[in-house]
Amino acid sequence: MDARLKVRNTKSIIFKSVIVFLAFVITIPLIIILLYIIKQGVTQVNWHFLTHVPAPVGETGGGISNALVGSIIIVALSSIIAIPVGILAGIYLSENANTRLAYYSGLCVDILQGVPSIVVGMVVYFWVVKPLGTFSALSGSVALAIMMLPIVIRSTEQTLKLLPDSLKEAALSLGVPYHRVILKIIVPCGFAGILSGIMLSVARIIGETAPLLFTAFGNPYLSAAITKPMQSLPLLIFNYATSPYDEWHNLAWGASFILLMFVLLLNIFTKLITRKWNIQL
Amino acid sequence: MKHKRLDLSYSQLRWETVFKRILWIMSAILLVLVIGILATLIVQSMPSIKSLGIKFLWGKIWDPVNNIYGAYPFLIGTILTSFTALIISIPFSYAIAIYLGEYNPKGWLSNLLKNTIELIAAVPSVIYGFWGLSVLVPIIRVFEAKIGVAPYGVGVFTSSLVLAVMIIPYAASLGTSLIRMVPSPLKEGAYALGATRFEVIRSVILPYTRSGLFAGILLSLGRALGETMAVAMLIGNTSAIAHSIKDAFFGPGNTMASVIANEFTEADHTVYLSALIELGLVLFVVTVIINLIGKKIIMSYTNN
Repeated sequence: MDARLKVRNTKSIIFKSVIVFLAFVITIPLIIILLYIIKQGVTQVNWHFLTHVPAPVGETGGGISNALVGSIIIVALSSIIAIPVGILAGIYLSENANTRLAYYSGLCVDILQGVPSIVVGMVVYFWVVKPLGTFSALSGSVALAIMMLPIVIRSTEQTLKLLPDSLKEAALSLGVPYHRVILKIIVPCGFAGILSGIMLSVARIIGETAPLLFTAFGNPYLSAAITKPMQSLPLLIFNYATSPYDEWHNLAWGASFILLMFVLLLNIFTKLITRKWNIQL
Repeated sequence: MKHKRLDLSYSQLRWETVFKRILWIMSAILLVLVIGILATLIVQSMPSIKSLGIKFLWGKIWDPVNNIYGAYPFLIGTILTSFTALIISIPFSYAIAIYLGEYNPKGWLSNLLKNTIELIAAVPSVIYGFWGLSVLVPIIRVFEAKIGVAPYGVGVFTSSLVLAVMIIPYAASLGTSLIRMVPSPLKEGAYALGATRFEVIRSVILPYTRSGLFAGILLSLGRALGETMAVAMLIGNTSAIAHSIKDAFFGPGNTMASVIANEFTEADHTVYLSALIELGLVLFVVTVIINLIGKKIIMSYTNN
């Protein structure tokens, strides 16, 4: 082997080791963060923690039931708003890919996907909070629904585009009306893809804090009124993490742990679904 | 009997048109939504545009108490944090893209790494912020004391570090799928000519995917610019301009997103609130442009 070839080979080997090193070393911060949060959070979580509201400053104990309930209500409400609109818009985009409206709507989906979440919160403040005159869970849901929309639309659109045309043509040739073809044949066939898109979007919005700062606002008490301010897990973490009290930090660690588990489980479920039905998102 | 059936099919036909119209409306809602967002931002920032004019953007002082508003500290803060984070993240995102795209595209190890990287994007940003605040900040404080700058702990550098980790998945996953799309005849041709793996990557794969990788970086940048919570928790929230470059880099600062997050609910008069909204407008326009350019590049890439 002559010298130059040796140099080239060594170069190649060195390059590969650098790449492998860099690619794997970046998982270390993630692992450290996950382990740290599990370590700090898991000791906080017990039945009392899940069923009580936060204790006032100076008292030990207390829990995060208000944030837990709030998060569930807010996310459920935004799903109710975003899922029908998202699926129907996704159907339109996949069915009428070449119309002018589809082009501009697709552009809008791209834009919505990139909008900083804080800007969404600010805009919804003027759309819902100002007219209603109060911070409310409803406004938080509207903000999160806007964040959800692009993910639901894109996954619906992409799943439906992958379905063979023959499926639709067969149904239409049997005289099935268009809306029934879509709702009874096309959507059920793409159900797994749509579902995984929905779960992905829920996993994404459940941890969003910025859009809730000026909308749901937070609430130290347990509340189920959607026209009143409401606490949510990320808001609680933000407020208590930046507070100077150790007791509140502990609450925030427990809340972080629960939020993290939610997000991880949703992501793993999505992975399983997409793997089972072999979906590309 | 026959009559009834006819009625049924008429109602079905009617439903068909109604359904098509609903689809059309749902899709049009998106246009309304985006135009509405832009219009709201413009209308609400009118008071500040009127009273402060264009010099708002390079006004150096932000002092709401005395009614002086200048966006310069936040523009600098945003650019500094985002680009530092981007520069830190690029080697890692490229390495992940090359490893998953070329060296090891299949198998359990590749899957594991891919899922782990995707997990980075799934962790809520407020958790990154909280972790940074209680673990990273003390470490940085020690480090800053050692290199002889004021040991704040929080600041531009700390937020950039966390931000860098957060934005890696975006460029990495796009880069991976683009590198996998490089036609194998190209690579095989290079190997047949006696190129080493490194040479194939350097002179075939990277040039072929250059614009796509750049688009990935743009998407990461868009994320970094708009990221709010982790930055708001770690940057220290000072609207004053630092005296030296070292202070600007290690000391506390503020970004457009973080100042909005911190001061929006406190803004008690029209111009103050409106100035914050104008910051939001700038942020919105910049991120939209960056994202659209990125998407455009990817589109032209996948069409060819």
